[in-house]
Amino acid sequence: MNFTNMDIISMKDFSRDMIDHILNVAEELEPVARGEKRSNIFSNVLLSLLFFEPSTRTRMSFESAIIRGGGNVLNLGSLEASSISKGETLADTIRVVEGYADAIVLRHPKEGAARMAAEYSSVPIINAGDGAGQHPTQTLLDLYTIKRESVLDGVKIAIAGDLKYGRTAHSLCYALSLYGAEINLVSPDSLQMPEEIVNDLRGQNINVYQTSVMEEVIEDIDVLYATRIQKERFPDVTEYEKVAASLKITPGLLDKAKIDLKVMHPLPRVNEIDASIDNTNHACYFKQSFYGVPVRMALLSLVMGRLK
Amino acid sequence: MINTTKKNGIRVQPIKNGTVIDHIQAGQALNVLKILDIPGTSQGTVSILINAPGKGVRKDVVKIEGRELESKEVDKISLIAPNATINIIRDFDVVQKQRVKIPKFIEEFVRCINPNCISNSREPIISKFYVTNNMPGNIYLRCKYCEKTIDENIADYLH
Repeated sequence: MNFTNMDIISMKDFSRDMIDHILNVAEELEPVARGEKRSNIFSNVLLSLLFFEPSTRTRMSFESAIIRGGGNVLNLGSLEASSISKGETLADTIRVVEGYADAIVLRHPKEGAARMAAEYSSVPIINAGDGAGQHPTQTLLDLYTIKRESVLDGVKIAIAGDLKYGRTAHSLCYALSLYGAEINLVSPDSLQMPEEIVNDLRGQNINVYQTSVMEEVIEDIDVLYATRIQKERFPDVTEYEKVAASLKITPGLLDKAKIDLKVMHPLPRVNEIDASIDNTNHACYFKQSFYGVPVRMALLSLVMGRLK
Repeated sequence: MINTTKKNGIRVQPIKNGTVIDHIQAGQALNVLKILDIPGTSQGTVSILINAPGKGVRKDVVKIEGRELESKEVDKISLIAPNATINIIRDFDVVQKQRVKIPKFIEEFVRCINPNCISNSREPIISKFYVTNNMPGNIYLRCKYCEKTIDENIADYLH
């Protein structure tokens, strides 16, 4: 399997074999990501981070990955002070920056920006989120977390929250379909998973169950993946508070769950998960956030040809 | 070609030179005219049959005097009328008859449905779509950039 110079744009570009390979490499690199083992895997590497909208965690996670491996980063800096504020196109920015770096991590508010950037760049482009579109490194770190903390093959998962607009949930569902997952979708009626995605999943013989009641699924699942519900999706605050309360993960809810149930969340959370769960064995969201480092390290080392 | 029969009452004059687009999905004839920019650039006679009885299903037919279609125009027509046949007429004879071929990939002439797609911005790129025809007559287009799909009213996005 050769990833050298491959662009990382969308989960739709990955086969199960490719994902398995990335997750295996991530596991090998985990001690480096933790700072327990020194590595020069990225010696003489310059990674450019082009973040056209803020995403502190994703950016820091990429920085950690490259610096832990002995490489360096070039940051775009403030947009106001750059050529972009003078009206430069993304196509031009990419053609300039490709001359400065060995790979480019791009976050951009327009959907499809990363795919376009890849057409203009001779160095690999890694999509760190394009508008409401794709964010493949988030999905890969979610899969890695499930693999490390639970079981990925045939996992029984509940994904809760805003499933209509949440790209994290959409992308994760597609990826889990490669692993024969049993998927429970928990959301208020107004924020249900788009029908086309549910039909696609069922077309791949994936068991999909939709409900608005968390208690219906909590006893049977291995992983509970909570996502943020945004206030502005609701006509009034009372409706929002009602829905948010019905999906809130509390100690009382988890009393009914399997003892080894893992709770995940892409973070930042607002009040989807009661803080008293943080110190239980169920809490997995801070580990999940860390796992972004070995996964991004694995991707970068593969696309830059440092590992095979 | 159109049969002129007294039984169903259809009467369309044969054309001397030009193109007959037959087996257009019923209801799409006016969209075919829009694609071909008719009457905008048409000099000759254009005949249209809407909801004509065909074999089992109703169909539309468009006959254009004095014009042979370009392949790009045929590609566009295939997206809204995947079963259409294109008949080239010269001196009253059908010299070429072929069913439209649905391209797997198209560039430039479809606008993405997603207003926030990079292809709808001021970047120097043209739109690109993968074409899927998973059931006969059920075409959908997936944007190469933002991955959003257009699965109905495709004619509204042609330009």
